[in-house]
Amino acid sequence: MSMVRSIYSVLNKENPLSEYYVDIQGMNFSRGDRVIYDDVSIRIPKGKITAIMGPSGTGKTTLLRLIGGQLYPSKGHIFVNNQDVPLLSRSDLYLLRKKMGMLFQSGALFSDMSVFENVAFPLREHTNYSEDIVRDIVLMKLESVGLRGAAQLMPSELSGGMARRAALARAIALDPELVLYDEPFTGQDPISMGVVVELIKRLNDSIGLTSVLVSHDVGESLSIADYVYILSNASVIAHGTPDEIRNSEDERVIQFLGGLPDGPVPFHYPASSYADDLGLKKS
Amino acid sequence: MKRISKLGGSVFDWLEAVGRAGLLLSQSVFHLPRSIAGALSLLGKQIYSVGYLSLIIVVVSGLFIGMVLSLQGYSILVKFGSEQSVGQLVALTLLRELGPVVTALLFAGRACSALTAEIGLMKATEQLSSLEMMGVDPYRRIIAPRFIAGLICLPILSVIFSAVGIIGGEFVAVDWLGIHDGSFWSLMQQSVVFGNDVVNGIIKSFCFAIAVTWIAVYQGYECTPTSEGIGKATTTTVVLGSLSVLALDFILTAAMFGDF
Repeated sequence: MSMVRSIYSVLNKENPLSEYYVDIQGMNFSRGDRVIYDDVSIRIPKGKITAIMGPSGTGKTTLLRLIGGQLYPSKGHIFVNNQDVPLLSRSDLYLLRKKMGMLFQSGALFSDMSVFENVAFPLREHTNYSEDIVRDIVLMKLESVGLRGAAQLMPSELSGGMARRAALARAIALDPELVLYDEPFTGQDPISMGVVVELIKRLNDSIGLTSVLVSHDVGESLSIADYVYILSNASVIAHGTPDEIRNSEDERVIQFLGGLPDGPVPFHYPASSYADDLGLKKS
Repeated sequence: MKRISKLGGSVFDWLEAVGRAGLLLSQSVFHLPRSIAGALSLLGKQIYSVGYLSLIIVVVSGLFIGMVLSLQGYSILVKFGSEQSVGQLVALTLLRELGPVVTALLFAGRACSALTAEIGLMKATEQLSSLEMMGVDPYRRIIAPRFIAGLICLPILSVIFSAVGIIGGEFVAVDWLGIHDGSFWSLMQQSVVFGNDVVNGIIKSFCFAIAVTWIAVYQGYECTPTSEGIGKATTTTVVLGSLSVLALDFILTAAMFGDF
């Protein structure tokens, strides 16, 4: 196995000319008997914001975990920065993750550390910066998400939206090459939402990082994304630029963007007949 | 046929769990830390939370167990006119058996259950996942300091338990029941062999520490990340930890003192 990995690592030397930071090819993934992805291919261009959208339960968060190497596909390849993630050794995977930042849906702040310490954590782990520099970087990151004044608060003292913004500051603390955002707009008031949208856009424009944005918020996502994938029923049902998606004539896309309850995408989780469940029989 | 396949499945599940537990331990402990100062700081915090905070329960339990041992020993020995040997009885019982075993049981209930719950809650709130995604190995950052703190603290707590128990025994035997303190201490000194009794007790304690702390961190790391899953993992830690201590005690006692 180690030999296979060595050969792979030689073949997978970083190719600076590659256009895609993440390249998923023919990926299959299942949880038990439930197929989450069936032969899915997704390409995330370098330096762009790619939005991944779709109904609840289609495995959008699972996709981020597959990209981050926390889950393994049953088939297919997941290339991140030209390295096939499922084939990486544990140490190589951790090296690759240093180039990534991930904003979790729950925030996932360390509950025994203040907001300041949370944001400083990756800097202290992966750099040899002096305390003064760490302090300055942390305050700059917190200022960008509007939480400089909350630096000394504990995570338990933050609202859900504030915790997610603090987690966003932590995710970008090291200025990673790839940031995975899992529902960054959830729980934000309109003002904070605007700031977060602007921040994601600005990070992309200024330092050219690659962003993968998983979100249900159609308007906000389409407003900043360069490219959009819509997932449903274990496959990609549409992809293209925001304008192409808006003008799509696919019924499933129209139903999703319009938030329509009736259409090809079922609102209900697969189930037996409602009348049978209630014990109602036709006379 | 279904039963056989279910049994086979359970055996494979168990083997897989043993393998995962082995990997967890090897990948946590058998690696040099990135920074010695950082590792010591993490270890210090865990020694405080696992060891220092368990001190009260260990001291109070040790005191009462020593007192009860002394009282029970006296009530039997006095019938044979050898009540002077009560110090010897208390010391040998505590150093060889009750010190390591009861301390390990208390440790499993007080510190290891807390370790499992803490790690399980970190898993449920995605803190372990976020560490992984930051390129920080949770085995080294979370598991290793807790495991090593357990290995350091339990033998020390066991020695403290035995010492406090002997003081409790002396209080009952000498100050209350009127046994001559010279006899109490000299008979104890005569009968207790440092290498055989004290060191063997510490070795036992160290083996118990490996078992209970390993179970605790593994249960926390592998638990189902729900409130029910964490509760179940915590209970498993205490039950499995306690049973392992008792089973290991028999094996170690047979190996150390079974040369009749």
